[in-house]
Amino acid sequence: MHITVNGENKEFDTSSLPITTLLEVAKVESPDMVSVQVNGKVIDRTLYADTLLRDNDEVDFLYFMGGGA
Amino acid sequence: MVKKMIDFTEEQLERYSRHILLADVGVEGQIRLSSARVLIIGAGGLGAPVALYLAAAGVGTIGIVDNDIVEVSNLQRQVCHFHNNIGKAKVESAREKMKAINPDITVIPLEKYLVADNIREIIRDYDFVVEGSDNFPTKFLVNDACVMESIPFSIGGILRFDGQAMTIVPGESACYRCAFRNPPPPDAVPSCSEAGVLGAIAGMLGTIQAAETLKFITGAGSLLTDTLLSFDAKNMDFHKVRLQRQDDCAICGKEPSIRTLVDYEQTTCGI
Repeated sequence: MHITVNGENKEFDTSSLPITTLLEVAKVESPDMVSVQVNGKVIDRTLYADTLLRDNDEVDFLYFMGGGA
Repeated sequence: MVKKMIDFTEEQLERYSRHILLADVGVEGQIRLSSARVLIIGAGGLGAPVALYLAAAGVGTIGIVDNDIVEVSNLQRQVCHFHNNIGKAKVESAREKMKAINPDITVIPLEKYLVADNIREIIRDYDFVVEGSDNFPTKFLVNDACVMESIPFSIGGILRFDGQAMTIVPGESACYRCAFRNPPPPDAVPSCSEAGVLGAIAGMLGTIQAAETLKFITGAGSLLTDTLLSFDAKNMDFHKVRLQRQDDCAICGKEPSIRTLVDYEQTTCGI
């Protein structure tokens, strides 16, 4: 299947993929510091394992940045 | 128009001439800036450039909130504080520089912490808020309070070589909670010893926030509403993610679950 992650095309040899797996494949170091948006819907962090990505989904990783001082 | 022209002195017309020359600002825009009230939250890495640029731009009344004193480790990036200000209250140090740049403006130093009990009363006096704190509890508190009070604001964050900003017009555009829902678990937030920030990143993000403020006041251009702008300065990659209001947002959704403000556990990392 084909999904886009932050605008980049990604291909996977599977028909569905949990968000948690995508975070691993994408080598996101600290999944707790990422908010995930799928097709414009921001997913609750507790539902990452249960949310399956499908062909043509558009995924955005929104990274928490807490600095400012 | 002619009548309004004479509201500015000759010196002010000269001071703001590069604004007045801009078709999207002009005398009308400069008048709006002069009568605007902006609150800056944090007189640190982001707040410092915001304070200097808004003062220089002639924003008439600028409040600045911070409860810290200037330390030597701040000086690598907090450009409104100087070596001889070490030990001084940051809001006072910032006020001095802002008034030195532009004596015509009014600066209101607020040497205090923003908490659930005082924030709504403080922000109510302002047309626009710039959030430049160094911690998630404050970022979420500012978001929720500004949504409750319907005050537009810019919110920013920096980390290492990265920065991000979004502008929020409550009731119209996605809020910080629409994008991030809840603060991350405190133990996941990078510790002070692990993190760090390139000094100029604070300037890059702070000036983006200052520009958003000036655009909001003058009505020039389009804002970073429904948009998260991120950059990675290592490669100078800039990226925009489109956002939308979330129906189930806890503060600006259809049935908000947050009705009163609460203080989250503080996990400040001094970056």
